[in-house]
Order: sequence, then structure tokens, then C-alpha cells
Amino acid sequence: MVEVAPATGAPAASAPPRFEMRGVRKAFGATKAVNGVDFSVAAGEVCALVGQNGAGKSTLMAILSGAIRPDAGTMALDGQPYQPREPIDARTAGVAMIHQELSLAPHLTVMENIGLGLEPARYGLVKWRTLRDTAADALAQLGHPEIRPDTIVADLSPAGQQLVEVARAIASGARVVVLDEPTSSLTHADVERLFTLIRRLKVQGLAVVYISHFIEEVKAISDRVVVLRDGANAGGGRTADLSPEAIVERMVGREVEDLYPRTPREPGEPLLELSELQPGGATLTLHRGEIVGIAGLLGAGRSRLLRTIFGLEAVRSGRIRVGMYTGPASPAARWAQGAGMLSENRAAEGLAVGLSIADNLTLSQLNDLGPRFLVLPSRQTAAAARWMQRIGIRSAGPRQAVGELSGGNQQKVAIARLLHHDVDLLILDEPTRGIDVGSKAQIYALLDALAAGGQTGAGAGSDRGQTGVRPRPDPALAPLRPRAVLMVSSYLPELLGMCDRIAVMCRGRLGPARPTSEWTEHSLLMEASGAQAG
Amino acid sequence: MDGTLTVDGSLGRASRLRAIWRGDSGVLLGLALVAIFFGALIGPQFFRPANLELMAIQTVIVCVAALGMTMVIVSSGIDLSVGSVVALATVVTAVLLRHGYDPALAALGALGAAALCGLVNGLLITRLKVVPFIVTLGTMLLVRGAAKGVAEERRVEAPITWLNDLLRTARGGNGLGVPAGIWITLILALIVGGVLGYTRFGRHLFAIGSNERTARLCGVRVERRKLQVYTIAAIFAGLAGIFQFSRLAVGDPTVAVGLELDVIAAVIIGGGSLLGGKGTVVGTMAGAAIMAVIQIGCSQHGLPNWVQQIVTGIIIVMAVALDRWRQASFQRASP
Repeated sequence: MVEVAPATGAPAASAPPRFEMRGVRKAFGATKAVNGVDFSVAAGEVCALVGQNGAGKSTLMAILSGAIRPDAGTMALDGQPYQPREPIDARTAGVAMIHQELSLAPHLTVMENIGLGLEPARYGLVKWRTLRDTAADALAQLGHPEIRPDTIVADLSPAGQQLVEVARAIASGARVVVLDEPTSSLTHADVERLFTLIRRLKVQGLAVVYISHFIEEVKAISDRVVVLRDGANAGGGRTADLSPEAIVERMVGREVEDLYPRTPREPGEPLLELSELQPGGATLTLHRGEIVGIAGLLGAGRSRLLRTIFGLEAVRSGRIRVGMYTGPASPAARWAQGAGMLSENRAAEGLAVGLSIADNLTLSQLNDLGPRFLVLPSRQTAAAARWMQRIGIRSAGPRQAVGELSGGNQQKVAIARLLHHDVDLLILDEPTRGIDVGSKAQIYALLDALAAGGQTGAGAGSDRGQTGVRPRPDPALAPLRPRAVLMVSSYLPELLGMCDRIAVMCRGRLGPARPTSEWTEHSLLMEASGAQAG
Repeated sequence: MDGTLTVDGSLGRASRLRAIWRGDSGVLLGLALVAIFFGALIGPQFFRPANLELMAIQTVIVCVAALGMTMVIVSSGIDLSVGSVVALATVVTAVLLRHGYDPALAALGALGAAALCGLVNGLLITRLKVVPFIVTLGTMLLVRGAAKGVAEERRVEAPITWLNDLLRTARGGNGLGVPAGIWITLILALIVGGVLGYTRFGRHLFAIGSNERTARLCGVRVERRKLQVYTIAAIFAGLAGIFQFSRLAVGDPTVAVGLELDVIAAVIIGGGSLLGGKGTVVGTMAGAAIMAVIQIGCSQHGLPNWVQQIVTGIIIVMAVALDRWRQASFQRASP
């Protein structure tokens, strides 16, 4: 029972699926990224492709889009052999990719972006009227005729920009649309809008491949689930027949224990005090041994608040007190005061992806790595290797470039920087964005251990066995003092699972932090959308 | 954990080999090829010590300026004012010598004037938030004009002092074997290499060049570092100017026009990236040496200047293309 009758009801069950791949393999050197995957999607069907980072989803999609050629296996589009050599082959054949990071030219208009690469032209001159009509038509089909074709794309919201990407797929006459982590930068309301959009695509008889880490989304939108693990099929079936737990179990290959560990925590002295801080309108006290969460919609000003606390943006009024320190702040001063920040945007701010793991991990704290102003590479590498081992960062070694790691491992490098610096106050902006369930579980365990004052690596990497030789006492092994964690997240289950208290930010104002037990997902959403204001 | 990670965190043999392949081997191989090519064309006398020394003297001005430029380019900046700073330094040296100052003080004065130019570059870049290309394009003209003003639009004659011996093989031997200027350059190269690889300043430059926002997030004082790097780079340009004066024996405000392009080319051939975060001293020195070998080789083989320029142009583009291909092949081998 694989096929689901398409909503349009046209082809019989015996008709070939819109898109099909059989026995596809691809190896990079010794690594078998994709090792014999079968996968198909019918017209008018939404098929979810799930798997942890490194399970082979990205490679599979690169093969589908013509960016990589497979070593073995066959692909067919509507029963015809399909062998794209270049991404443009895929596009002309009717396979459209919508990537995690938007692939729009921000300075160009909506219609230029929609027609990009396939502009209607005569004698090399663009036929603007045709282009405008095509764009307007595609936007209307998506139920958004209000977006004007000559708007500059940079002026649209992230959701609007994504809509332009989908419109581009429609305008190019796509038969298969692949959405790769489309919701990672969208708010809750925008996700709903995207789902409406996907249902429209379905009705129009397109085949939709939906890649996501969010099991809830997969449950909500897909007809069928295909799970990948270690580059091979790991089961799947009709979405309606699978519980979220069953999907996660197939992804990780074992039964998942409780995702959100909770060691008893003892609130200690205050480490962060905000009084009437603008921007953010925030009054909040965060104690040692406590995790406080900030919920809110995208654009509510949550990141701005964190950045202001950390000295990356200017304080307009009010006071910030970090530990014993008040007064003006810069990131350098904050690090010196024992605070560290994790950026929401790994690629643009959080990490220097061209540099090595060791360089990234030690960048904020190069002082201990040699006499005076020197930085000894051997000590840098050793310090990095210790943390990599402790929290289980998978790589070819501390000198590997961060950009070559998977998202989950990159995030662990960014978090390891705060551990290496030995900060007391962790300011985390979207600590689990865009990473797989397995890495998420490890990060949750780590944060719990940090707040409770356990050992770093409890449940994260310690079960992999210790190495025999330890040259000097390892701070990572000693029982830790409890830390304080302030985290922003758009993923409500994680806030409810991890935090002791949660505050909601709405339209640039932070509400009071209340114990997590007083919140539900529903009440958080209501508060965040301003429904209970006044 | 991955099998290639050993207990002490060092790389396995395969990764180490790969690290070398990723490093400076390409440009050194290129240097060897170019040298062998001209050696075959001209004969063994091409490698005579005197000829090698001639090449070293030819390239020492570019080399010194390129050391500073390497640091600037690693931090994803650029400094187009190098040629003008060199000219200003020759003029300042000559003017001070004419006024009867000690040669050491005259040289110090030239370095001070250069440092001031660098400080202005740095201040404009960090305070006005204008991109380095534009700022240094402006100061390129500004400093050139200042040099002409100080020199009153003439060549400034100066008395002969020991400054003019910096790039000269000491008669009767000074016990150093090669001119002092070459030793100074080699020592500075070692120092800059050490600074880039083994100091907080150096690691901060790489971080700023690779991702400035990350550097700022991590508490790197980005503005201060930029101010420092442009000032230091200009001091290196000033030293290049002293070497230039040493060869000319006059202060010439119109000298070294376009030198900055040779300097940038040396860094780029050596594997530096204009996007920042990449660049090594060994690569830069080899890059400068490649250009010197081509220059001397062509002229000694009797090839006209225009051939030499065409060859150098091709080498610059090929070097960067090869580097990209090498990086891509590396990434294909290990995703």
C-alpha cells in the first residue's frame, strides 16, 4: 500500500508514478552517502522525506536536481527516463527545488526572479509584458495576487520571498516540486500559509516532496512518509498509519527515550538582571541553575533583545546587569564577564565556516593557548579535540573546516565555544534550528547538564568511552557549577520541555516570565500573537 | 567518533598529506616549474648565485610590501595605496637626509609617515564604514599628491649614505653573504609568518577575514584589529619605500605607480583570497619569486617587456584557477 489515489483522481493505480528512483547509489571517496535508495511520488501526492542529518537526504535531492550524478540506479519522470546533467536540465524537465536557504536575487523584482534563467525573450530582448503576465498568473494560482510583479524581492517578508520561489516553480511548468526544510525561517502563521499553498499545488496535480526535521509538520501535510537512515531506506508508509514516535524511531534506528531530560535544578544567585531595557521592554531576572525561555513570533524582537544584552546592538534605555557588572557592553566585555552568545544564524554569524573546528571553537578564548600573546596550534587542537570528544562532534579532526560538517555538528561546535570559554551565562538564539532529532537530543541533554551542574557530556558523548591518556586534569570531567541559560526558540515543545520559566515576546515587548507549568503550547501561541493582549 | 581522530587530536597520515596538498605546495611547485623552464631556456648560469641574488634584489621591494598586504588580505581587506606610500617614503627619506638628519632618523621618519597613512586608511575604513577598496583608492591619490607636494613636484636629491647600501652586495664582504635588505626581508617574513600562525592578532585576522560577524560575536575587537593591520601594512610599504630609495638614491614622488598591483598579485598567486580568511607568507614570497623569475628570465632570454607582461598576466589567472580546482577536487574527495 504505497500509492495514494491522487486528489485529481485521473490516473489509475497502475499508472507510473510522476517521479520514481530505483537503487540510486552515490559514494564520495569511501563514504557511501546514498546506498541504494528507492523512492517515488505520485501526481497530487505529498511525500515527506525524513531522516537525520547525514542520512543522505541532501545528496538524494542534489541527484534529483542534477547537481550531482549518481553512480548507479535509475530515475524516471512520468515513465520516461530522467537523467539531468545540469540543474537547468532538471528545471526544463519540470523538477523544481525550493531550498532551505532562499535562492533569490534580492535586488531584482518579483517577476525577474520568477523568470530567472528562463526569461521570455526575442532577439535577446526580454519580453517584459509576457514576463509580467507569467509572474502575475503564477502568483494568482498560488492565491496571492496581491504581490505585485515589480516589487523588489528584498522588500518582501521571508514568507513572501518563499512564495516567490514557489511561484517560480509554477511558472517554469514544474511537475515535481521539492521543498527542502522550507519552514526553518518561517513563523507559525506563515507555516500555515505554506501548507495551504502546498495543498493548492497538490490539487493542481503536482507531485510534492517535502523534506523536514519537524515531525509535526510531516504529520500535518504529507500523505506518505519515506524514512532514510545511513543512506538507505529505513521504512515508511502512509502518514495516517504512523505515529510521530514511530517515525522518530525509524530515523534514529532505536527507541527514543525522553527527548527532554530534567535533572532537578536549584536556582542560585541572579546572573542576569534586566530592568526596563529598551529595545525589548524587558524586565527579567535569570538565576544560576535556571533555563529561561523566550517565545514569540518571528520579528517580535527576540533576537534583537538577546543581541542588545550581548552588546551587539545599542541600548536605548534601561539597565542590564550581568553578574556583578553594569554599564556599557561590547561582546568582548560580555565574554570577559562570563557570558557567551550563540547566534541564530550559523552560516552568517555563528561560525566562520571557512576556518577549522579548532579555530572556531577557541576564537573567543585564545588566551590560555600559549604564553603571552601566542596561540600554539598544538594546544588549540588539543583543547578542541577534548570538547569534540566530550560532546560528540563527528569530523575528520579538529583541523577540518567547519563548513564541511553537517548542520548538527556545526551547531555543536558553536555551543562548544561557550563551553570552552567556560561561561556562566549562556545566551542561546534558536539553539536547535535546522538540526536533526539525534543532535537535538544531545543538545537538550547538554543544556540540562549545564543548568543542573552535572557533567558536560552526560548522555551526549560520554557513553562512547573515554580515551586512556589524559595529560592533565580535564575541566570537562569535573562536576560543574550550575550555569544559567537564556534561550530563544520558535519550537514550542522544546521550550516547554527544557525551560523552568518562559516569557513571551510580542511586538517588541517581553512579557513576564512565568513557570513553565503555567503554560501550554496553545497559551504560548495566543500570547505570542497578541490575542490575549489587554 | 571518526576513526581518523587519534587521542591527542592530531590528524592521521592521509589527512596530513591532504593538508599539505591543500597548503602551499601548489605555488612552490609553480615556482619550481617556472624556474626549471627558464633554467632550461637560458642554461645553468641562470642559477648562479649572483643571478639568484639579482632576482632577490629585484623582488625585495614587492616582497616587503606583500608581507603587509598578506595580513590585510587575510582580514579580507585590500590596500591600494601601497605604491603611493612607497613614493612618499622615498621623498620623506630624501628630504630628511637633505636637512642633514642621520640616515637612521630619516628612515624612521619615512616609516612614521607611512604609518600615519595606514592609520588614516584604518580610521576611514572603521569610522566611516566605507569599504577598503574605495578608501584606499582615495588615499592612493591623496598620498601620491602629498608626496608630490612635499617634493615640490621634483625629484629630491639626497647625499649618499649607508641607506644606499641596503640592496647592494657589500664590497669585500660584510660577513652577511647577501645584501642586508634581503636579510631584513627574510627575518620580517619569518616574523609575519609567526604572527599570522601563532598569535592572537594573527588568528583574529583570519577570523575577521573568514567571517567578520562571527569575529565580532566572539569578542574580537574588529575595529581595533583593522586599525592595527592597515597601520602595520603601511609601515611595511614604508620599508619598501626605503628600499626603493636605496636603489634610486633620490626621493621620487612619481616612482612605484601601480606597484600595489604587483604586490596584490604576489599575494593572490601565493594562494591568498580576496574574500579573506586565506593567505600564507610562504605562498606570498613564492608568488613574488615567481614574478621575479619570469621578469629576469624573460629579459635575460632577450624577450621584450610586453611578452613578460603577458606571461605574468596569464600566471596570475592560472594560479587562482588552479587553486580553485585544487580546492574543489579536495571537496569532492571528502564531503
